[in-house]
Amino acid sequence: MAVSHLVSQSAFTGVRRRGVATRLLEDERWLAAALLAPTAILLGLFIAYPFAEGVWLSVIDARVGVPGHFVGLANFATLWNDSIFRVAVWNTFIYTAVATVFKLGLGLWLALLLNRNFRGKAFTRAFILLPFIIPTVLSTFAWKWMFDPTFSVINWSLFHLGVIHARINWLGDPGLALISVIIVNVWRGVPFFAISLLAGLQTINPELQEAAAIDGARAWQRFWHVTWPLLLPVTMVVMLFSIIQTFADFQLVYVLTGGGPANATQLFATYAYQIGVGTGLLSQGAAISLAMFPFLLIVVVVQLLYIRRVEVH
Amino acid sequence: MARVVIRNLNKMYNEVHAVKGVNLEIRDREFVVLVGPSGCGKTTTLRMVAGLESITSGEILIGETVVNDLPPMDRDIAMVFQNYALYPHMSVHDNMAFGLKMRKFARPEIDRRVRDAADILGIQTLLERKPRQLSGGQRQRVALGRAIVRHPQVFLFDEPLSNLDAKLRVQMRVELKKIHDRLGTTAIYVTHDQVEAMTLGDRVVVMRDGLVQQVGEPLDLYNEPANRFVAGFIGSPGMNFASVRVTDEGGALLAVGDGIRLKLPSAVAARLKDYAGRDVTLGIRPEDLRLASGEGANGLNLDAVVEVIERLGSEILLDVKVGGGSMVAAVEPTVRAKVREQLRLALNPERLHFFDAHSEAAI
Amino acid sequence: MIEGAKWRRWVFFYIPLGAFIFWLLFPFYWMLVTSVRPDRELYRPWMAPNYTPFWTAHPTLEHITDLLTGTLFLRWMANTLFIACVSTLISLFCGVLAGYALSRLRFRFAGTLGTGIFITYLVPQTLLFIPLADIIRKFQLGDTPWALILTYPTFLIPFCTWLLMGYFKAIPRELEECARIDGATRWKAMLYIIMPIAVPGILSAGIFAFTLSWNEYIYALVFLSSAEQKTVSVGVTSELVRGDVFYWGQLMAGALLGSIPIAVIYSFFVEYYVAGLTGSVKG
Repeated sequence: MAVSHLVSQSAFTGVRRRGVATRLLEDERWLAAALLAPTAILLGLFIAYPFAEGVWLSVIDARVGVPGHFVGLANFATLWNDSIFRVAVWNTFIYTAVATVFKLGLGLWLALLLNRNFRGKAFTRAFILLPFIIPTVLSTFAWKWMFDPTFSVINWSLFHLGVIHARINWLGDPGLALISVIIVNVWRGVPFFAISLLAGLQTINPELQEAAAIDGARAWQRFWHVTWPLLLPVTMVVMLFSIIQTFADFQLVYVLTGGGPANATQLFATYAYQIGVGTGLLSQGAAISLAMFPFLLIVVVVQLLYIRRVEVH
Repeated sequence: MARVVIRNLNKMYNEVHAVKGVNLEIRDREFVVLVGPSGCGKTTTLRMVAGLESITSGEILIGETVVNDLPPMDRDIAMVFQNYALYPHMSVHDNMAFGLKMRKFARPEIDRRVRDAADILGIQTLLERKPRQLSGGQRQRVALGRAIVRHPQVFLFDEPLSNLDAKLRVQMRVELKKIHDRLGTTAIYVTHDQVEAMTLGDRVVVMRDGLVQQVGEPLDLYNEPANRFVAGFIGSPGMNFASVRVTDEGGALLAVGDGIRLKLPSAVAARLKDYAGRDVTLGIRPEDLRLASGEGANGLNLDAVVEVIERLGSEILLDVKVGGGSMVAAVEPTVRAKVREQLRLALNPERLHFFDAHSEAAI
Repeated sequence: MIEGAKWRRWVFFYIPLGAFIFWLLFPFYWMLVTSVRPDRELYRPWMAPNYTPFWTAHPTLEHITDLLTGTLFLRWMANTLFIACVSTLISLFCGVLAGYALSRLRFRFAGTLGTGIFITYLVPQTLLFIPLADIIRKFQLGDTPWALILTYPTFLIPFCTWLLMGYFKAIPRELEECARIDGATRWKAMLYIIMPIAVPGILSAGIFAFTLSWNEYIYALVFLSSAEQKTVSVGVTSELVRGDVFYWGQLMAGALLGSIPIAVIYSFFVEYYVAGLTGSVKG
């Protein structure tokens, strides 16, 4: 077979002409700018701009239909003296802390259970995620119905198990309301923790566990010294997302109690809604929303630093 | 078909000077190998020729054209990567056809070229398979085929055989040589393996720390290394080195070191006459050390103690202690030796190398 | 499996797992039962002797039919579907381009922008909803689906970008380099080589984005006012409560039907979901 036709005959003559656009897009920097432009515009318009406007709103005294004048930190001062706001802050911290602890504990337990091989594992894993997948508001309504003092199936079950003798007003009793809301939040969050932690568990080399077992470690020691440290990075990321979502939560509480009874379940977000949208005090509402920001920032920074430190190792 | 000229090529990565003023002229149809340890700048140089890295200063010409500002697609080159880089979602045929499709070749022409290349490489039956269904050797052939169909001016190879197991590597080396002989396209090949360099290259370029150490035909590098680094890099097992002082004893020059006392033959002495009284590095290859037969009158002997015996079948490697240092001698497989035995080794007088103690250049 | 006696398996595995599954899935069962339970049974106090919580002897479809014919439920479903689809498409488009740029191109601000996008993902909607409502009003987008279609990408794009960056990073550089040497421009290499390989990632991101849109509440609550414009979440929870009376039958039917599209998509794409979830966490 003649080889000549396989080989280029002509000497290298030179380059094809390229249009300006093509040449520009070959440059990494221009291409990157072009690709990032739509995102930058959308995020700039609907996050950066509102954020700036939110800050501005919080230092004036606007109301719906009434443009405001600069008042400095007066809104924040009012909030500081507002007893309901203080209750809301307290509630939010309790809500977030307790719910996160339980979500982590139960989620981890569930992940460890799911980490074994058993029949119907894939099936189970799929079903477990449902509380997280189904729209929150809709499943929360189911819980509201389950908690209804007159018609509650939970009350019925507890009564027939002999645990209680009178009705429990899950959502109407100021002492119980926060606990009920936390229960629903945990219910919703456990699958997220469980599936994420399960994925983390599955990346841990089983040989490490085996080596530890041969070395004589018992089950919980193996967990504490081998599994947990390796799981920490994933755990921190999951907790980062969860803490922020829970701290800023609105839907759940709004649907279940609206912030009551007597502000027992009032949170930052629900109070901001009540003040800003309900009573139309835009600036005060904006101030309440913004009051969330420092805490969220601290959480993000702390966890990012931690993650970076862990990754370096 | 084209020559490649590299003039004063420099590459800076932030503070790191990865390629320092490389000058190279690769002739049309030549197969040039860039070889050196990792980090020596050989891959960076190759990638600058390909257009995958920007050039900090200097020029690269392909043919008569300066290609510094041309994107890879306009340089009429083809590259074979270490990890094959086959498009996983396309069949073998489509992998090979991709470049031609991008250049808007007609369908029948594409099919013809793909078939021809497949024939050369023996992969005709694999055309409809996907990369994940192929073995390592087959994937490498497809990668080669993808380069061949383009009929480029220059082939670029980035350590293409490193991912293959030892036996396959030897096989593919031979095939590559055969294909190059057949096609004759100019090629630049990068590897860290000096055996590949020696067997494949028409000329070999040894690099270290961004600088070219020596350029030449393989045997020239072997027989006349320009400096200590090249001497130690080319050849396996590597050259033995010992630090010696050149002394003048009654008109004759001697090389004296720890456990070493050699009377230098006149040809060698002529080269070293300016070094009398100074330290130099002596180099001798393992294959140039033999067991001394009888009392050699030329005074080029070493007394050694055997430490380890490595029997390779085709030869025996003796790891010996000479004075305070170690050396390796490659001797006939019929030699009988025992550990801790004392031997006398003879050096081939025509194969002595000397290097300046500071500049490391060959004397 | 847990080694050892059978009782250990039951105590430490089957019972806890069973309890978890029961707890996590019971509310959905309850939704289902309530939707088909006739009113007279529905409004029977739990103290009453003939309270039969776990099943009903007389299932009825009246709640569902009332919901579909007597309310704007189907309109809400259509709205939500439209908004979710368009927002997802916009977010995927932006997310794919941004994810590619941040993970495969080298330019000066790549690191900062990547972190920046991550940070915007963490900005909760409840922080921005009041000023955003104002801005929406200013752009005259209030009470239209466009208010949501343009604002949902604010939390969908960062998520999609983050997820897709992970997928893109896993694709070897050499593939693109080879394509560029073969004759493709950067743009074509992205389109013909990188995109097809990243399809599983794009699917995961898309499915997750769709779910997140469907699930959103506060923006929909604040930006939409007229009943015809509402999404399922907002409609079910506001329009089905007349006065102070909760029409639980219809409410639960609405909740059930409103969850079905998501559940159906989920059942077909479970693996993609889990990949999306774990991908976003592993980053």
